[in-house]
This record gives sequence, C-alpha cells and structure tokens, in this order.
Amino acid sequence: MKKTIHVTINGREYEHEIEPRLLLVHYLREVVGLTGTHIGCETGLCGACTVMLDGRAVKSCLVLAVQADGGEVRTIEGLAEGGQLHPVQEGFWVKHGVQCGYCTPGMIMVACDLLERRKAPTVEEIRRALDGNVCRCTGYQHIIEAIQYAAGKLKASSADERGTSSGAPEA
Amino acid sequence: MIPSAFDYYAPKTVAEAVALLQQYGEEAKVLAGGQSLLPLLKLRLATPRVVVDLGRIPDLAYIRQDGNEVAIGAMTRHETVEQSEVVRRHCRLLAATAATIGDVQVRNRGTIGGSLAHADPAGDFPAAVLAAEARLKVVGPGGERWIAAEDFFVDVMTTALDAGEILTEIRVPVDSAHTRSAYEKVRQKASGFALCGVAVRLQLDENRRCQGVAVGVTGVGAKAYRARAVEEVLRGEALTETVVVAAAEKAAQGVEPSEDAQASAAYRAHLARVCTRRALRRALAEG
Repeated sequence: MKKTIHVTINGREYEHEIEPRLLLVHYLREVVGLTGTHIGCETGLCGACTVMLDGRAVKSCLVLAVQADGGEVRTIEGLAEGGQLHPVQEGFWVKHGVQCGYCTPGMIMVACDLLERRKAPTVEEIRRALDGNVCRCTGYQHIIEAIQYAAGKLKASSADERGTSSGAPEA
Repeated sequence: MIPSAFDYYAPKTVAEAVALLQQYGEEAKVLAGGQSLLPLLKLRLATPRVVVDLGRIPDLAYIRQDGNEVAIGAMTRHETVEQSEVVRRHCRLLAATAATIGDVQVRNRGTIGGSLAHADPAGDFPAAVLAAEARLKVVGPGGERWIAAEDFFVDVMTTALDAGEILTEIRVPVDSAHTRSAYEKVRQKASGFALCGVAVRLQLDENRRCQGVAVGVTGVGAKAYRARAVEEVLRGEALTETVVVAAAEKAAQGVEPSEDAQASAAYRAHLARVCTRRALRRALAEG
C-alpha cells in the first residue's frame, strides 16, 4: 500500500507517494534530500533528528511521514533567511555551541521550540528543554550559552521592531 | 531501523476506527501519538499488518470542566495537559505528572490516551489516573462503557480494553480546597521512563486529618497499582511525619517488583517506599 502525502517543508510544498512505514526523518533525508536533519540513535532517545512539525519540536524518527500529511515541517535548512543566520544558529557559532556538530541541528530546533514559547528562559528552563537532546562533545554549557545569546538577540530585534512601529505615544 | 510493512488507515470518526479494528482484529494496531508504538514498530517487537491512526479524528483532543469532573480527550497531548489552565486549576496532579514525561519532543507528540492504553509498566500517567480516581470512557462495537482506572490496568502492556475498543476520554474528579497532590519519580536516565513513580492525592479536613487518599504506583511491578496498604495507614489520621513514614513503608506490599538491567527487585521496592514518602511530604507541603 502506498500513500500520497502533501507536506510543506520550509515554506515549499511537496507531494510524494510513499510507503506508510516510512519515517519522517527518512522522508526528509532520502526522499526530499534535506540531509541537515541527522539520524543519531534511531530509538527516540538522542534528539538529533528533531524538527518542527506544525510549530512544535518532534523527533522525526518517532513520526511516520504519513502523519505529517497536510502538515508544516521546518528543518535546520529553513532557519537562515537571505544568507543571514537565524539568531539561534548565530548563538551556536558565537558561543562555540558546536564541537563535532552532529547533535547541532536537533539542538537548534529544540531551542527554537523553547524560544517561541519563552522569550527569556531561565537556565533551568533551557536545561529542561534540552532534556531530550544528547551531545557527547561539549558538556552542554556552551549550548546553554548559545541559547541565552539567541534569546538576547531575539529580544533586541523585537524591541527594535516595536521602536520603529510605535510612533505615537500611548494613550 | 525500519518498521515492517503495514497498511495505514486514518479514519475520520471513532465509529470508522472501531469498524477497522473489528475488521482486522489482532492484525491491527492503534496509533495515537506514536511515541511508544513507533519504537516497538522499529524494533519489530510489533509487526501489525494494519495501523489505524486516530490522529485524523477531530474532537478527540480537548480539555473541559464538566460539573465535578475534568474531561480530557484521549488524543490530548502531554504538553497540552501540562499547560492547560483547567487541568492546573482543577486537577493539579495530572499537570504535574505530564510535566515529568519523557522530554519536550515526546510531550509534544505523546497523548494521554495512548499512554494509558499502551499500559507500559513504567508509564507515568497510569499512576496519576489511579491516584486521581479517574474513569475512562471506551467505545467499541457494542457502544460505550466506563472503566474505573483501577480496573483498567491488567498486566504488562495489557488493559481491560476488549478487542475493537478504543479509549476516547479520561474523566477526573476536580480538586477541592482540601485536596493536596504530588507526583514523585525517579527517572531512567536515558528514556525518562519511571524506574518508580508515585502519585498521591489527599483530601484533608481543617485539622489536616486525612479524609480521603489514593496512591498510584508505577514502574515497580508488571502494572501500575493502587497502594491500598499505604492508604489504610493514612486514612483518618492526622498526617504527621511519623504517620507518613509508617505509611510509605508499605508502598510495595503485596507486589512482586520487576527485575531487569535497570534495577533489581529490591531496589524497585526501595524506590517505591522513598518516592511515596517524598510524594506525601510534598503534597502536604502544598499548603
């Protein structure tokens, strides 16, 4: 049995005929060709394959591609805009949140999930958000600093937007 | 790791889903959030010929207060239970338990109904619904029926669901001003599953005497269970530290703790006592 699915990935629409047993991570890497999402443990424990599905971080090795039918997926490839790194990507670069880089796409996606909900997360909240993502190189401290950097950067940019749009004094 | 091939159905109604389960019987598996089923499929511990995905049925994900109960749709995700104002206000124990499940990615996908129907001996929600004295609505070929949480868990990954039945709703009595609750857990480091998890819900009178109590334990035996021996020590008593310690000693009484690579039977029994003591102390410290 094959199923036709329609998925929007990083703003672009795709239609494919796939086997129902195909995992979302294999669909992204092997069918769509987006290999930025990594396969780590394949058992749902390491978080390397984390992507956003309909606005929430999920492990793409624990989702069937057919479950994403009609949905919206965002992967690491969809973060940078116009050659400009996303603030979370920039944070990992500036704060050296990367060593071998294998866990990085998953770490960045789970950080995006956190920062979309918590504008100024505490260290405890960051640690809790990273609970499902394993890094075997850096010891996590730089990753936490990278996310703090991104939170500051996002806060500054939203303050800029407010500054330029609010001409009139508040009543 | 790739699951063995299966046919996939995404029914639009519970009735359609029930009909599919009737048609394919033992060859079919129900897919809710998939956070437990997919690992089983990938390891080929489960090789169903048919997967019936409940994810396309509208109206199975909701939380609402209905009189003296909070009603939660079976497809409600853990994250939604954790964040829900209704659950936080009216059944804190469920929100507190949801917050400890797996990690954020698992909570974003996993569902309360899936967790209960899967009946993993180390799942968190089974302990919480036992302590909350929830009732579970199931729909099958013969219509709907209600099962008390205590009667729902039968054995390892085995529930009181009959063939062709689907769990659709969880109903929990609302907290009163006298309710105190807590969930205390020791996690298996990699998976986040409970090596032991203890949920307690107490009803106290003005003098902090225990007027009602339910204790649910998971991770210790083949299935989550009500720790009746603990409850008997607490009921009617003023909950002093001495009473709490004495009650917690009975947390694994009458249970045969599991033994595996994660923990010995003796350690699991020890954790049951420790987690019960901590959960009771935390519930009492609530206010």
